Amino acid sequence: MAESPKTIDVEVLRYRPEQESEPVWQRFTVPYTDDMSVLQALQQIKDDQDGSLSFRWSCRMAICGSCGMMVNGKPHLSCQTFLRDLLPGPVRIEALAHFPIERDLVVSVDGFVKKLESIKPYIIPKEPRTLAQGEYRQTPAQLEQFEQYSGCINCMLCYSACPQFGLDPTFTGPGVLALLHRYNADSRDGGQAQRMELLGSTEGVWNCTAVGYCSEVCPKGVDPANAVNQNKANSAKDYFLRFLSPRGSKA
Amino acid sequence: MNKPYVRPMTGWWKRDPFFMRYMARELTAFAVGAYAVILCVGVLRLAQGEAAWNGWLAALRSPVSIVLHVVLLVSMVVHAKSWFEIMPKTMPMIHVGGKRLGGQTITRVGWAATLIASLLLLALVWGWR
Ligand code: SF4
Ligand code: FES
Repeated sequence: MAESPKTIDVEVLRYRPEQESEPVWQRFTVPYTDDMSVLQALQQIKDDQDGSLSFRWSCRMAICGSCGMMVNGKPHLSCQTFLRDLLPGPVRIEALAHFPIERDLVVSVDGFVKKLESIKPYIIPKEPRTLAQGEYRQTPAQLEQFEQYSGCINCMLCYSACPQFGLDPTFTGPGVLALLHRYNADSRDGGQAQRMELLGSTEGVWNCTAVGYCSEVCPKGVDPANAVNQNKANSAKDYFLRFLSPRGSKA
Repeated sequence: MNKPYVRPMTGWWKRDPFFMRYMARELTAFAVGAYAVILCVGVLRLAQGEAAWNGWLAALRSPVSIVLHVVLLVSMVVHAKSWFEIMPKTMPMIHVGGKRLGGQTITRVGWAATLIASLLLLALVWGWR
């Protein structure tokens, strides 16, 4: 005789702007197997129970960064979070905290993308180089200076772990500041001076109060809190060096 | 239709134990401040002459003051603990013998430095009498 399928209750915070003025919880009962992720539970709901449920995903392997959501109150990649670890349920799923909800589990990423563009997230060469000069060379030690910060997948989980961003959405925030540091710390880059104004502003590192939860929730070990807080020292140094050098510091 | 819903932040620090621990760290900063004020008052009283100084010493020995100092001491230890935990996040990468120093090591070095400094201070005060 076939075993009756195991089920788990999943509560989803729904927001359908044409239908409700504020989000409401809705409960679904989902049949599950031990290898099912939270994302798969949502897909089961969308396929078989309620096709109107909206959420984002793409890779299903913790690399594209689109499936971030709050699972039982904590920011997670839903494709990397397994139902078997959340037994017996119910599992409560809501849109990433601190972001405006567009619909159900879909949040607005406009502000985040603008910030991402604002930091010049590319290598700005120190001096023009011709092809004949060959490739840039880097030692393992120089690579290590930025490698960890280049692992960011822009999933925004760290923003959902950052109350400072929740209180003030103009704060550039952990992920983007980590990426800013990724370029500043790269030996091939000479754009630090250009990024300094944003870095040293209130919207930059100084809005951070070192809560440190961003680094806890980051699925890629980027340690954004480290990138942000070590740059408070850089920003202070830059501020004082400005009095010594009329053109401002490049350090 | 585009009507993004912005969730309120009221009571945010109660939402996650991590935030509660953070708030506790912020609160204990007041204890550090309060103790600094007590010490400053001591210096002030010292400048005002022997009677004022002895008055301050007597006030320190009152039961209220002793209870306060126990509370302040506990707060300071909590503050130091959380501070050393966050310390690795405030520093650039440190390499010793070609290897990157781990966060835990930095935290432990912080504790060791505190312990040694406190013991030295105690030895100094005890040796003085
Ligand atoms: S720093 Fe980590 S948590 Fe933040 S966006 Fe990048 S990968 Fe996601
Ligand atoms: S679907 Fe790509 S990270 Fe989860």
